[in-house]
Amino acid sequence: MKPAPFAYDRAGSVEETLALLAEHGDEAKVLAGGQSLVPLLNFRLARPERLIDINEVQGLDRIDANGSLRIGALTRQATIEGSTEIRERVPLLHEAITYVAHPQIRNRGTIGGSVAHADPSAELPATFVALDAAFHIRSASGMRTVLAREMFVTHLTTVMRPDELLVEVEVPFPAPGTGSAFVEFARRHGDFALAGTAVLVGLADDGTCSRASIALLAAGPVPVRAVAAEQALLGHPLDDVVARDAAAVAVKDVEPLADIHGGSDYRRRTLEALVRRALLLAASRVTEERR
Amino acid sequence: MTVSAHIGYVGRSIPRLEDDRLLRGAGRFVDDVDVPGQLWMRVVRSPFAHARIVSVDVSAARAAPGVVAVLGGEDVREVEPIPLRLEWPGYELEPFLQPVLARDKVRYVGEPVAVVVAETQYGAEDAADLVEVELDPLQVVLDARDGIDPDAEALRDDRSNEVVLMQKGYGDVEAAFAKAAHVVSAEFITGRHTGVPMETRGLVADYDPGRGRMTIWGATLVTHYHRRVLSRLLGLSLNQIEYRPTDSGGSFGVRGDFFPEDFLVAYLAYKLGRPVKWTEDRAEHLVATNHARQQRYEIHGAFDAEGRLLGVRTEIWHDKGAYLRPTGVTVAEITLGILPGPYRLPAYDAKLHVVMTNKTPIGAYRAPGRYQTTFARERLLDIAAAKIGIDPVTIRRRNLISPDEIPWEPGLVYAGESFLLDSGDFTGMLDKSLEESGYHEWEQEAVRLRSEGRLVGNGIGYWIDKSGLGVYETAGIEVDPSGKVRVLIGGASTGQGIETVMAQIAADVLSVSPQQIEVVYGDTNLIPDGVGSWSSRSTVIGGSAVQAAAEATVAKARRLAGQFLEVAEEDLEVVEGRVFVRGSPTRGMSFGEIAAQNDTVTAMRLDEDPGLGARKIFVDKHMNYPYGVNLVQVEIDPETGGIEVRRAFCSAECGKAINPMLVAGQAAGGVAQGLGGALLEEFVYDEDGHPKATSFMDYLLPTALEVPPIKTLLLEDAPTPTNPLGAKGMGETGIIGMGAAVGNAIDDALQRAATVHTLPVTPERMLALLDTPATE
Amino acid sequence: MTLEPVSIEINGATYTRTIEPRMLLSDFIRHEAHLTGTHVGCEHGVCGACTIQLDGKPVRSCLLLAVQADGHAVRTVEALAEPGADLHPLQQAFHEEHALQCGFCTPGFLMTLEPFIRETPLDAVDERSIRETLAGNLCRCTGYHNIVSAVRVAAERAHATGAGATR
Repeated sequence: MKPAPFAYDRAGSVEETLALLAEHGDEAKVLAGGQSLVPLLNFRLARPERLIDINEVQGLDRIDANGSLRIGALTRQATIEGSTEIRERVPLLHEAITYVAHPQIRNRGTIGGSVAHADPSAELPATFVALDAAFHIRSASGMRTVLAREMFVTHLTTVMRPDELLVEVEVPFPAPGTGSAFVEFARRHGDFALAGTAVLVGLADDGTCSRASIALLAAGPVPVRAVAAEQALLGHPLDDVVARDAAAVAVKDVEPLADIHGGSDYRRRTLEALVRRALLLAASRVTEERR
Repeated sequence: MTVSAHIGYVGRSIPRLEDDRLLRGAGRFVDDVDVPGQLWMRVVRSPFAHARIVSVDVSAARAAPGVVAVLGGEDVREVEPIPLRLEWPGYELEPFLQPVLARDKVRYVGEPVAVVVAETQYGAEDAADLVEVELDPLQVVLDARDGIDPDAEALRDDRSNEVVLMQKGYGDVEAAFAKAAHVVSAEFITGRHTGVPMETRGLVADYDPGRGRMTIWGATLVTHYHRRVLSRLLGLSLNQIEYRPTDSGGSFGVRGDFFPEDFLVAYLAYKLGRPVKWTEDRAEHLVATNHARQQRYEIHGAFDAEGRLLGVRTEIWHDKGAYLRPTGVTVAEITLGILPGPYRLPAYDAKLHVVMTNKTPIGAYRAPGRYQTTFARERLLDIAAAKIGIDPVTIRRRNLISPDEIPWEPGLVYAGESFLLDSGDFTGMLDKSLEESGYHEWEQEAVRLRSEGRLVGNGIGYWIDKSGLGVYETAGIEVDPSGKVRVLIGGASTGQGIETVMAQIAADVLSVSPQQIEVVYGDTNLIPDGVGSWSSRSTVIGGSAVQAAAEATVAKARRLAGQFLEVAEEDLEVVEGRVFVRGSPTRGMSFGEIAAQNDTVTAMRLDEDPGLGARKIFVDKHMNYPYGVNLVQVEIDPETGGIEVRRAFCSAECGKAINPMLVAGQAAGGVAQGLGGALLEEFVYDEDGHPKATSFMDYLLPTALEVPPIKTLLLEDAPTPTNPLGAKGMGETGIIGMGAAVGNAIDDALQRAATVHTLPVTPERMLALLDTPATE
Repeated sequence: MTLEPVSIEINGATYTRTIEPRMLLSDFIRHEAHLTGTHVGCEHGVCGACTIQLDGKPVRSCLLLAVQADGHAVRTVEALAEPGADLHPLQQAFHEEHALQCGFCTPGFLMTLEPFIRETPLDAVDERSIRETLAGNLCRCTGYHNIVSAVRVAAERAHATGAGATR
């Protein structure tokens, strides 16, 4: 299982990367962590004519926590996992990353790579959707920002053009007192989720839900924001009945993709249970943080 | 004659002699073997499950850079199909054997259709992509029961897909069912899965045209058999072919067959006069190396009012894939023979259909036939127990053969011999297993957790195994003038510790330390004949041969020492590799000195063979039957269908455990594989016969988080009289009862019998079972 | 296809070659550097047999192109013990606890576990944390039971000799 031949460029800077993408974008793929791309190359399921290796590009792996959390796209997943600041200030991101494959994969896999690869069963795209992250994207002709909710078009496809490079993920810090939970179910630990959800909730002083964010993974061709379910929670205490009802709303119209590990109905049903659990778990964590 | 007392390495858990090189990364696996000038082979495989071959166009591939040769089925048309290694009388199996390259038709996705040979491994894969195979698709047969239907597509023109219909039995089953107080019927399915060792297959063939000599690396398991087959298919004499040993990354039964690649690599080396190397990749492995296990059972049990078995009737459909592999119908034979298990079964009637389907051929995988029959039989017992109102332990106690019924020989012939339990304390094993595991505490815990609303349950899988098939094994001992001992065995290493176990056996008899012993296997130059490592036979048969050879070596040492020291043999003692006069320890010779002194001229004078050593053959009169119990505790998540195995225990009657630590290691590995087959591993096909489990993302092996800690109990209560070690083969323990135990535990967790009927129990299947209202 | 020059440090020695950019690091290690202790089990990053350390971190060598290791430091199982010299304490623990059978997956486990033992405080080494660390390496022979024991033994010894981490 060896890759088919390709031309190879090792970019030394962002500018060089963008110039290469401008010239070769249509037949090239960006090589970052490679943990999703190289298996596809080895199976010969992907046969790009050119690889643009950005691993030596400087300045794409900074983490900045002033005002918002700004993570360079080349930041390794293991770095995120090991960051105490992220664990304390955006615990949802920390929790989600512990589900990504295994430590050896996380030592190479990057934040940007996972987003750009856009696997709807992956943990990070859905988590960023829940967090209302923004993706900063550059090309030789300029820069733009795409909100997480608008980033994912379909299975393995983002809005990014072939000449564009994701350079940074910006995550607003959750409001004080937010409780969050990442819950997924997979056949084995580290496998792609059969169903999963990233959830944030905030409670008002009277204990009712004042804000909610529910993102679903493995729920269709892209991560899904369960907006109707979020609305259904507002103003209600987050108890078992409310959580159950909201979960039902969340999955009502989702069409999970089937594969040998589970059919569509099975996945939807499991997803519903996980959303309920996640909401209750997130709510219980609000109480902790507010103490 | 006083033979030295065995000084006690046998029975001790000494760490393994083979570990050092493996830990350092200095093992030599077949892909580590490189021969100067070697070419790389790549197999082109059928993308369709069933089709007529219209054409195989190799022109583009031939023109690719670095390509030296490309062959299609027409180029090897005159080569015989791969012959059987194991044959049982009464079955006509020739039409179902596999050609070395597909001709006229392809019958499974992954079937070799062409081969490319190129200067580099990467280049060979590039060129293989350029071979154009034009195929005319046909209807596919994907189910064994459907495959017998007269309207089903025939895999072979004018011939049924049913290879054989086997029938075995004894006693009066009609009468049993007529008088039964309870009749329990069920359908069971064991899913298609297999060994999947961490090392894929590989071969290197080096042909020296000047000398007409072929050397092969990589066929590790049954090298002498491979040599005979290759000699026949290639037309070289046995003396022209040598197999060299390599380390082997696990076999579990799947590595030992003669596959098409075993011929093709050698054939290409022969034709091209250059070495040829082939390394199977994992995607290929999952479609090209033998699958296993897939069987369907309709089974009925007749019981009296107290739950005692009166009779069992069963019909089984055995999916064999597209071709008969060299093990032929052995798994089917074993299935029918072993189903009764350790139970007092007065009457038995079993039918089994061996059926060809358009899927990867099915061979033997660790405890073939045993895993499946144990699942069906043990589930039947639990279902019967629930119906009758007794618990699973009680129904087994009532039916297990008691010690005073041994020997138990009900008149059932399979694999060429009569089913004979010559030793065994089955109820004692059950009692000890329940006690050692703390099963009673498991049950109390499950009751408590269930009262809290959790779905926790426990299950039993009582199993017997058969070991020691394959009639004989050879062993040689050679003592070097330095005193180092070489043990030569016809078996093979699959990682099971054969180097250490054989050394322990020899060390005891020779009274030297195992560190002085080198065990050599798989080398056909050094070992003229052998039967190999399969069916848990190496310790039992090979070890017995080693013991005999070691005893003969000691006897020769004493004889020679008597001559050289000019004393009577009765006055000699053997301690720590030295033969000396009793009472005068300085008057003696080490084994090495004896070997050196017995040079050719001396030996001629004494009418002995030169040196110090011996060769022996051990003939195994009969298979022996290890037995034991798998116990598991599971918890089911009722919302996701996820199943966690919380506890696992396995016991095994070893007869004699040469190295208990290694036996426990085998059992633990077996438990993990059995768990995989019960919950995770399955080869799924779509409706056109395309495999859907083509990577490790789809075919799921258990990791350290799916397998719980494993408690093992080894007993030596019932040594077998069939070999001088008293040993029973332990290579297939641990795995056999896992499917049964997991299925029974799930039923217990739901407090609802007759729930689990199909393995693996995937989360989706589990939810469907939870939804289904209880039957029976 | 243009060939690329690379200089890769493996176990302290530098290997300079000119290679196809598509050559996997696993193949470079095995066939260019002739260090065959690193094994290939799946070539899609799941089994972990090919795990090596790149700049000190355990990674899958089958998911790296050799060109990506240019200028970097690779460490393979052969670095744990000099030929003929004593086994590394982790290897010794594997030996004593019978944590290997066929040995094919073993180098990948060792490369994954060596930093774990070095970096994890003893009170954080328990059944769960060990199994989580092992979960990215597949073994088909041992059922993992003895591997867990070996890790525990190695961690305790490392702590006793002061070679392990403390809080």
